[in-house]
Amino acid sequence: MHNKTLAELSAVLQQGEVSSEELTQHFLQRIQSLDAKLNALVTVTEEQALAQARAADTQRKAGNAGPLTGLPLIHKDIFCTKGVKTTCGSKMLDNFIAPYDATVVAKCKAAGMVTLGKANMDEFAMGSSNETSFYGPVRNPWNLDAVPGGSSGGSAASVAARLAPVATGTDTGGSIRQPAALCGITGLKPTYGRVSRYGMIAFASSLDQAGPMTRTAEDAALMLNVMAGFDQRDSTSVEKDVPDYTQTLNDSIKGLKIGLPKEYFGEGLDSEVKKVIETAIKQYEELGAQVLDISLPNSSLAVPTYYVVAPAECSSNLSRFDGVRFGYRCQDPKDLKDFYERNRGEGFGAEVKRRIMIGTYALSAGYYDAYYLKAQQLRRLISDDFRKAFEQVDVIMSATAPTVAFKLGEKTDDPVTMYLSDINTIAVNLAGLPGMSIPAGFANSLPVGLQIIGNYFGEQRLLNVAHQYQQVTQWHQQTPQEFA
Amino acid sequence: MEWEPVIGLEIHVQLLTKSKIFSGASIAYGAAPNTQACAVDLGLPGVLPVLNKEVVRMAVKFGLAIGAKVSKRSIFARKNYFYPDLPKGYQISQYELPIVEHGHLEIELEDGTVKQIGITRAHLEEDAGKSLHEDFHGLTGIDLNRAGTPLLEVVSEPDLRSAKEAVAYMKKMHSLVQYLEICDGNMQEGSFRCDANVSIRPKGQKEFGTRAELKNINSFRFVERAINVEIERQIDILEGGGEVVQETRLYDPDKNETRSMRTKEEANDYRYFPDPDLLPVVIEEEFIDRVKQTLPELPDEKIHRFTKDYGLNAYDASVLVANREMAEYFDAVAKATGEPKAAANWVMGDLTGALNKSSQEIKDSPVSAAMLAGMINRIKDGTLTSKTAKIVFEAMWNGEGEADQIIEAKDLKPISDSGAIEKIIDDIIAANPEQVEQYRGGKEKVFGFFVGQVMKASKGKADPQQVNQLLKQKLAG
Repeated sequence: MHNKTLAELSAVLQQGEVSSEELTQHFLQRIQSLDAKLNALVTVTEEQALAQARAADTQRKAGNAGPLTGLPLIHKDIFCTKGVKTTCGSKMLDNFIAPYDATVVAKCKAAGMVTLGKANMDEFAMGSSNETSFYGPVRNPWNLDAVPGGSSGGSAASVAARLAPVATGTDTGGSIRQPAALCGITGLKPTYGRVSRYGMIAFASSLDQAGPMTRTAEDAALMLNVMAGFDQRDSTSVEKDVPDYTQTLNDSIKGLKIGLPKEYFGEGLDSEVKKVIETAIKQYEELGAQVLDISLPNSSLAVPTYYVVAPAECSSNLSRFDGVRFGYRCQDPKDLKDFYERNRGEGFGAEVKRRIMIGTYALSAGYYDAYYLKAQQLRRLISDDFRKAFEQVDVIMSATAPTVAFKLGEKTDDPVTMYLSDINTIAVNLAGLPGMSIPAGFANSLPVGLQIIGNYFGEQRLLNVAHQYQQVTQWHQQTPQEFA
Repeated sequence: MEWEPVIGLEIHVQLLTKSKIFSGASIAYGAAPNTQACAVDLGLPGVLPVLNKEVVRMAVKFGLAIGAKVSKRSIFARKNYFYPDLPKGYQISQYELPIVEHGHLEIELEDGTVKQIGITRAHLEEDAGKSLHEDFHGLTGIDLNRAGTPLLEVVSEPDLRSAKEAVAYMKKMHSLVQYLEICDGNMQEGSFRCDANVSIRPKGQKEFGTRAELKNINSFRFVERAINVEIERQIDILEGGGEVVQETRLYDPDKNETRSMRTKEEANDYRYFPDPDLLPVVIEEEFIDRVKQTLPELPDEKIHRFTKDYGLNAYDASVLVANREMAEYFDAVAKATGEPKAAANWVMGDLTGALNKSSQEIKDSPVSAAMLAGMINRIKDGTLTSKTAKIVFEAMWNGEGEADQIIEAKDLKPISDSGAIEKIIDDIIAANPEQVEQYRGGKEKVFGFFVGQVMKASKGKADPQQVNQLLKQKLAG
């Protein structure tokens, strides 16, 4: 049952073969027996899940079930969940029980979905390997010595290991797409403003975007139908109609113009990964797509630009974690200064502190123009590159990550090498574009993700392009042996 | 050496909205601590600010009223610093692109001169909460009811040259924001607060001296006193060969002194940057036009009209105009009587006196504008003399009715019948032979005594001119 997709499970529930309670029970049991190997969940909300499942069953009996009623999911622990611990992977929030639901959580609830628990993640979403979590690293279901990617590592590992059919994630510089690639699942980062950020603990406000992490593009479409939409509580969410993303999945992609940016296929790209991507592109050509070589000339500026903008915003966003109103509070502070220094010094981990320091520096008087302002200018150049590219092509493709999943501990001592694992995903966030990662094969027995980048609000096209590929390939159906 | 003070004010105007600037929580004053702070005000993880559109309308209204440039595009920025009553660790304010720039306000000084004070900018921001140090036994309590209250910070140019000018400017601003109905002006509740930047320089020098910023001067009286003691302090330092340091100083009204809070070196680097949670505020020309339609007649326009059409002097006009209700009251009386000077005298004199004595606002006055106008019309047509008018006013104040009713009831109609007056005069001459003797002997001062006696006997109802004329005839014998 756990190998079925969300769409398949929806049909199973509809036909009455199993109840939501049984389905929920099944996944809860899998979590109980298998998560010890992965450490993918921070909190399991068993009682609430069963209560929600029973309510969903009642609703179904009354004839009021929607397509996702009674289907279980896991939320990344960055989303506030009313009455449930919401940690953001940090000691700082180890004692924080959110008094309200994030809009994404509320929308999933309203659709009748059942929350199984909260997924482990890099602390405050800062990391690419899920090793910065206060709750310990998450392991990759394909190889337990490898990282699942990050920051939505717990979400990706959960879906790959079939602990839930879907999970939510957030993506600031690749945090949905990179772990999706490393764990062999489908991940979608929507256009900035497509999904409400309300109740999603902010890392870098101008880059953060929530999206679904699923087995298939079809499931991602079902989830985006629920998650997307304007929210009056988020001024940066966009007032634009939400189409039914499942309606266009089967559109033909004959004549689709695919751009391959040369900057994404050069140095740093693992040769095995490259082969997989080239094979995937060939597959698209067989489906009738046309491939064009393009250039995104400012690509090399994306990582440095990101590592000014994101830390600058995070240094301010994380100021509210001061121990005054909620969160970690030190013992016996001497005075106010000591209180702040120790609450934050003891409550935050090393990577979070590193980024707060970088960001504080970049915003300081005398450095602001050289760093933050300059980074904003570069951001415009990077966006312009994409704008020009989309005058020529419909989608852009590349490897999601330059390598397959690396070993736990391999890059923890070298932050810059770690930052480079997001080299192909970061520019998409800086430009605010939608991007996807879909399973495209294996290199050294580990999954490889194909990144598909679309134009603004081009999610329909992205999902269509991904779905067509999944109709003729089986990569998205592979299950890690231990979790079959 | 003669020193010239250079003063600029930063006034925080609390906007008269129903809810906070970035959340739906109420801003009503005086609620139990932390009962008017929602998730957004508490800065809980994941919450986002949403701009209250009403504050934009109010800021635009203000900008138009001071002849300023209303920015078509302004930006909210974060001012980062840590303090327990600042929930997010940053205050949302406007920095590089404020909503209002380059305006001015005219102030009327007591000597009748009018001076134009430049207003550099006015920007929107949120207020912080309150730290409560009493009642917590060495601990600090935090009340976040005020956190997120909308403020318009109005920054003047350093155009003020004395504490008196500073007060005149502050009073004018206080009056303006109430005219515009964007602030209740309640200084006790902190709805209108002021910081002052003060420096001095040798008279004639162009360059500014080093300034100190004075905090906590939240009444007109304190502003004047604080600025004056600060000017004295700086003169003492400079004349003693010292140097003024750039710093923030707190005014202590009990000791009437200012003392250092923090120096420039200790000042925060606020690390301002545009708030990525809020979109730029874009204002269309059409919106500005719509707001323009709602502007009332402004104080300066009123002063101009009162001086030009009613012939009042600038200072009287500015006193009347300072309070919108008083100005409208006066205007109604002046229009109904055609006697603006009498109207001004009665409003600024007896009426203001009576109101002050009973601590009442003009809107609650027992004597309405129509009633006062009715009385003045009776003076105009000769029914009342200045003396009987005072009796009528007092009776109206005490609720005895309108002027005509009181004139009737108290029998205050003038004695116009010369026979009746002659009779009174005859009686008085007969009763005071000694004084008659003196007068006739050349002591003309005694004439006043006879006038007084006659007026008294007539209960003020005799026409003084007629009395003079008849008395002169009769005393001449």
